[in-house]
This record gives sequence, structure tokens and C-alpha cells, in this order.
Amino acid sequence: MESINYQNFRIDAENICVDYNGKVALYDANLRLKPGQICGLVGMNGAGKTTFFNALTGFVNISKGKIRINGESVRSAQKDQTIAYVPQNEGIDSQFPISVWDVVMMGRYGSMNIFRCPRESDVQAVKDAIERVDLTNHLSTPIGNLSGGQRKRTFLARAIAQRASILLLDEPFSGVDIRTEKLISELFIQFKNEGKTILLSTHDMIHVREFCDLVLLINKTVVAYGETSEVFTPENITTTFGGISPDFLFGPES
Amino acid sequence: MELCSFLTFDSFITDPLTHDFMRKALLMSSLVAAVCGFLSSYLTLKGWALMGDAVSHSVMPGVVVAYALGLPFSLGAFIFGVGSVALIGFIKQKSRVKEDTVIGLVFTGFFALGIVLVSKIKSNIDLHSILFGSPLGISLSDVKQTIFISLLVVILLSIFRKDLMLYCFDPRHAKTVGINVFFLHYLLLTCLSLAAVVGLQSVGIILVVAMLITPGATAYLLTDKFDNMTVISVLSAIISSLIGIYVSFWFDLETGGSIVLAQTFIFLFAFLFAPRYGIFKLKKLFVGYK
Repeated sequence: MESINYQNFRIDAENICVDYNGKVALYDANLRLKPGQICGLVGMNGAGKTTFFNALTGFVNISKGKIRINGESVRSAQKDQTIAYVPQNEGIDSQFPISVWDVVMMGRYGSMNIFRCPRESDVQAVKDAIERVDLTNHLSTPIGNLSGGQRKRTFLARAIAQRASILLLDEPFSGVDIRTEKLISELFIQFKNEGKTILLSTHDMIHVREFCDLVLLINKTVVAYGETSEVFTPENITTTFGGISPDFLFGPES
Repeated sequence: MELCSFLTFDSFITDPLTHDFMRKALLMSSLVAAVCGFLSSYLTLKGWALMGDAVSHSVMPGVVVAYALGLPFSLGAFIFGVGSVALIGFIKQKSRVKEDTVIGLVFTGFFALGIVLVSKIKSNIDLHSILFGSPLGISLSDVKQTIFISLLVVILLSIFRKDLMLYCFDPRHAKTVGINVFFLHYLLLTCLSLAAVVGLQSVGIILVVAMLITPGATAYLLTDKFDNMTVISVLSAIISSLIGIYVSFWFDLETGGSIVLAQTFIFLFAFLFAPRYGIFKLKKLFVGYK
């Protein structure tokens, strides 16, 4: 039997629990992801998807369990710029007076000096990232003037500029146009080939089937986890969504 | 005729400068305006206007206690400023009362404590000058302390300018890339308390609140770039101070009130005529607006 080498896992979360002032948001959750894997995180609102992300990025402390990122602690993953978080569009203040360029440059902050002065390499990384999401014509556009899809691409560019090996995406497909959706799915294939690990939360069942190798169904804890083809069954989905039949979620079969 | 009106305008500017107290008032108010204006853009974006209000009121008992114990005002003010915020956080976490209610509750309590202490401790602290300031009667030691603290705050804010912007914009990303969010949170609070102290000594609590809120709001209407917002905020605060002091000198008006009114008028102007976000969108009149 093959012994477990923790270095092989990009993300290794073991029995993690998170509570906010005594209210349990997530308990006994496990997740193991390798390089190049794309995993969908599926659950109802309040099922603990955002909490799971927060635990992995170190934004909240876990009360129990263990998280290893590339075999090391969350703290050192933060220092190494290992994880990038791409927020939901609703999660950011779109009226903040800041341009596309400045947002993407924020991806480089963690590896800059204390004054955050961009070096030549930072400028290049930002330029390349913006080009990859096709926003070169919008370098100095304030984010308030972008469409939902363009804004989503801006934050993806920030993650690319950060050169993170793990991407956490909160609802990457919600409120985006067809063009952005196509671009994001192309980027996913590129990321996979680059060996990046992706964990994305979504409400859209079709996207899970389309992009995710693995799926993690949660409702405060893990309901089911494994290969999408095996785990993403109507029964499991029904359990995850508290007894609502998948017919209702997918729409009637046609 | 033209020469005559030029002379009048000239003396309008220079006459007050012949008075020592006016020179001091102009210097002090501009300094406080610069500090508060700088902070104001962060508070506006972070949604901390009410927090600015709370901290500037909560420092009051600290000042009185420091006075009674013979300690520097700034120390007492700082302890109570940060203490009030800690208390707000604690009550919010441990009860079901909503945050804005907790803020209002805590700062009025602290403020009332300050007023009661002033009345009990026999001192030469003048309640009116704490509330409304006395920019025209600042002592030399106050001048030194104001300059020192103002410089400290401006230096701190300048060094951590970009980190604080990121903290206001997306604290989660800041944390993810290993930036110390806890430190930035308390840095901003510390600067807020220090600004309240310098403001309290020279321009009064009520004026500090205005200075922490209005310039940032004005600047927010005028630009879509963060750096410009800071500059506009600082400039509008300084300009209103100068206008307020001159106007109060020539027309014999309350100085603090005049400064705040000047700020309010600048805000109203931006509100009505800002190129992109104003009600009348001034730009439209000249170049058209898509």
C-alpha cells in the first residue's frame, strides 16, 4: 500500500472545524487536492462554502483539525503567495476608486517591499495577467465602470499576477456574460495544464459536470466527496440541499 | 480702480497675518486639516465615518484624566480612543445589539463621563474649547505637540498608504497574501485617536468629526483614483480651514463653525457639480457626457 506523502497534496484539510462565537459553521470537514485538480464546492447558502475558503486562506482560525498547504502551514502558504482568492462580485465594493491596473497590482503586494513599490518584474507580471484576461484596453478604467464579467476577469488577473499555485474562486460564473464564461473556462484548462489546483464554489450544476474533476458536497460538513462522475448523483445532491429534489434544481428533464 | 481692489484683496490676506495668534491658528488648523483629510479618505472608503465620530468623542474623558494626573493629553486620549473601539467590538460580539447602536451607546457614554469629570475635577479645562476648539488661543506647548503628532500620523499613513488602501478594499486578499491585517486595523484606529487628540487641542471635538468625514466624502465625488482622492481630500480640508479662519477674522464669526461651514459648502458644490457624480454633471455642459 502506498504511504501518504503530504507533499503530494496541494491542499490537505483534515477534520477541520470553524465556529463563530460558539456557532458552528463547519465541522469535521476533509479535503485533499493534488496539483492540476479542479474541485467544485457545492452547497446551499450558509452551508459553509465561504467558511471553507476562509479557513484555507487563514482569514478565520480553525478551532479543530489541521490544514496543510503543500505540506506546510497556512501561515507559510500566505508568506509564499501560494493561495489566491477570487471573490464573488457581490463581495467587493465596486464603487471603490481604483483602476483595473491597481487591482491586479495588488496581486503582487505580498512579494514587494514595505512601500509596495512595483519592480520591473511586477509591472511585467501585471501586464501579462491583464493580457490573459483580455482587459488590455481597460488598464486605467475604474472598476466601477466595468461590467460584471470584466470585473470578474480583473480579479482573475490579480490571481494570475500573484502566481499562486492554488486558486479559490467564489462563484466564478455568477453574473458574467457569455464571453467571460468562455474565457474563464479556457483559463481553467490552461491552469490545469500548468499544474494549478482550483477549488471553486458554484450554484450551477452544469458547470460542475463541465469543469470539475472532483466535487465536494457540503452542508456544514462533508456530505460526499470524490470523482464528479461517481459522487455527483441526484441522491447526494438531494441530501446536500436538504431534501429538495434535483429535478427542482436542474429544472424538469426534457 | 483695479489697483484699489487689488490692494483691498491683498490686505484681506496679509492683515490677519500680522497677528501672532492668527499665524498660529492658520498653521495649526492647516496641520489638523491635512491629518484629518488624509485619514478621511480611508474612513470614507472603509465605511468608518461613525467610528471617527465615536473615537473623537470617546477621547474626552482620557483628556480630563490625563490632565488630573499630569500626563500628556495625547496619552490619555489615545488609551480611551482605542479602549472605546475595543469596547464597541466586545459588546457587539457578546450581545444581539446592532453595531451602529453599540457605537452610539459607547461613545455617548464615554463623552458623558468626560463631561461629568470636567465638572468634578477642578481644572482650567474649558468645556467650550474642548467642544468647539479655540484655534485663536493655542498655547506654545500645544503647538509643539500638534506638530509632532501630526507629522507622526502623516508619516505612518504615507508608509502604509497602499496597505491601508488594500485593507479597506479587500482585507481577505490582504490576509491571503500574508499582509498583517490585524496590525493595519489597529494602525488605522491609532491614527484616528491621534487625529482626534490634535484636533481636540486646536479645533475641538465637533470640528474634528466634520474634518474626518466631509473632506473624504467631497473627494469621493470628484475622482475615481485613490491617490487623487487623498490629495483632493487633504486640499479641500486645508482650503476650508483657511477660508473659515479668514472669514471668521473679518466678519467676527465663530472660527470652528466657519471652518466646518466652508467644508460643507465645498461638499455641496461637489455634490451639485462634480463632473461624473454630481447632480448636474458639470462636464456634460462643456464636452458632452456619454
